[in-house]
Amino acid sequence: MKKRSIKWTKKHLLGIEDLSREEIELILEQAENFKEILKRPIPKVPTLRGKTIVNLFCEPSTRTRASFELAAKRLSADTLNVATASSSFLKGETLKDTARNIEAMKIDMIIMRHSCSGAPHFLSSRVNATVINAGDGTHEHPTQALLDTFTIKGKLGKVEGLNISIIGDIAHSRVARSNIWALKKLGAKVTVCGPKTLMPAQIDKMGVKVTYDIREALEKADAINVLRIQLERQKKNLFPSIREYVKRFGINKEKLDKFAKKNLVLMHPGPINRGVELSQDVADGEYSVILDQVTNGVAVRMAVLFLLSQIKE
Amino acid sequence: MAFKEKAKILDKEGIAKTLQRIAHEIFENNKEEIKNLAIIGIKHRGAYLAERIAQKLKNVVGSEIPVGAVDITLYRDDLTEVAQQPIVHSTEIDFDITGKRIVLVDDVLYTGRTVRCALDELIDFGRPACIQLAVLIDRGHRELPIRPDFVGKNVPTATKESVEVRLKESDGAEEVVVIEEKKQA
Repeated sequence: MKKRSIKWTKKHLLGIEDLSREEIELILEQAENFKEILKRPIPKVPTLRGKTIVNLFCEPSTRTRASFELAAKRLSADTLNVATASSSFLKGETLKDTARNIEAMKIDMIIMRHSCSGAPHFLSSRVNATVINAGDGTHEHPTQALLDTFTIKGKLGKVEGLNISIIGDIAHSRVARSNIWALKKLGAKVTVCGPKTLMPAQIDKMGVKVTYDIREALEKADAINVLRIQLERQKKNLFPSIREYVKRFGINKEKLDKFAKKNLVLMHPGPINRGVELSQDVADGEYSVILDQVTNGVAVRMAVLFLLSQIKE
Repeated sequence: MAFKEKAKILDKEGIAKTLQRIAHEIFENNKEEIKNLAIIGIKHRGAYLAERIAQKLKNVVGSEIPVGAVDITLYRDDLTEVAQQPIVHSTEIDFDITGKRIVLVDDVLYTGRTVRCALDELIDFGRPACIQLAVLIDRGHRELPIRPDFVGKNVPTATKESVEVRLKESDGAEEVVVIEEKKQA
């Protein structure tokens, strides 16, 4: 029997930056056991009975919100969805007031997505409930990075020593930032690739290799994570045209066949702009593990909810 | 909390003999429907014992007996009370338990709460024809209406005592001992 020395001590999950390698490995290892539950005839366990988890989403989301909600339900927690489009935010209520009011209804956890970087951190210092960051501005999206590394580990058996390329809009991507933290801590070699205008200054300080050449990003890669081009941000003219982006950085079968390894693992956090960052054939093609990522997301989030729920005041 | 060893109840040979006897009793009790028999152990030590019992049954029956293991962490009723942080281990049941005669195996039967968890978990996997319970040691002090069908050894104990089953798979030894809470000097 393996004796584990690492103990989970964090009350909130705000970012991968705050986690140690051992803590990340604990989550991934626990997620493996939660994945098995999803295959059972009755894919539900009574562990979080009586706990109430609130999804506070101040930005659109399909996958992440559905995934967290399902994870909570698989653990028998009660869930409550608060979407800003239909909430009192529109009447001018502050974030703190909304959260304090929800908390007054005796809830245990708040899962939060917000367009401002740091919003979950702000919240965590002002409420007693556990706070989970489900994406804050351009800062972090920790559970996405956890499910991405879990998927890589599942497909390739390990993360340490692998070459992973993150391709696309690095500057606006919380997925990129969380992934870089997670992959670096687990010992992978990370390359980021995209147009210069979408590359944050000093990104190399995070210990990643920067390239503007898609060929270089593909050649050595064991796995690639292709980010969504956030079309809503392109009004700032950060690259000349979608067509030019597709030509230089869009991933298609031709580029993969020419440059990539045969057993490449291709990921995308979704939602995909088909025909922009990923061509139609590649999105559904042999390299793609995009739907595995979604399945794994539920298991990883179950592990996160379980570990955080064990922390007492 | 410090413990001192009080008495050794079973040694290596004793454990082997006891498991052999339990295997025979399981066979006698189920021989009409031996094709439907399956053994499931409660992690961790119950799972090791389940493997051993299945092996012994195979020698008697002449064919493989399906073996599984359950980890009951997620079904516990004391998750908020345990001092040690619970870690989830894998549950491994790779056969359909519906219609099967299940023998659930654990090392020590005490309050019966662990068995309650395992029963709840098993029933989430399907509807077995029946579930029987085999334990190496029954130390009494039940808190739930649960009784074993096969008992290796009855060991009456005081609540401040504890029974430790040590197996080579997990502890590098083969013995069962009664330990007692050491009084602070």
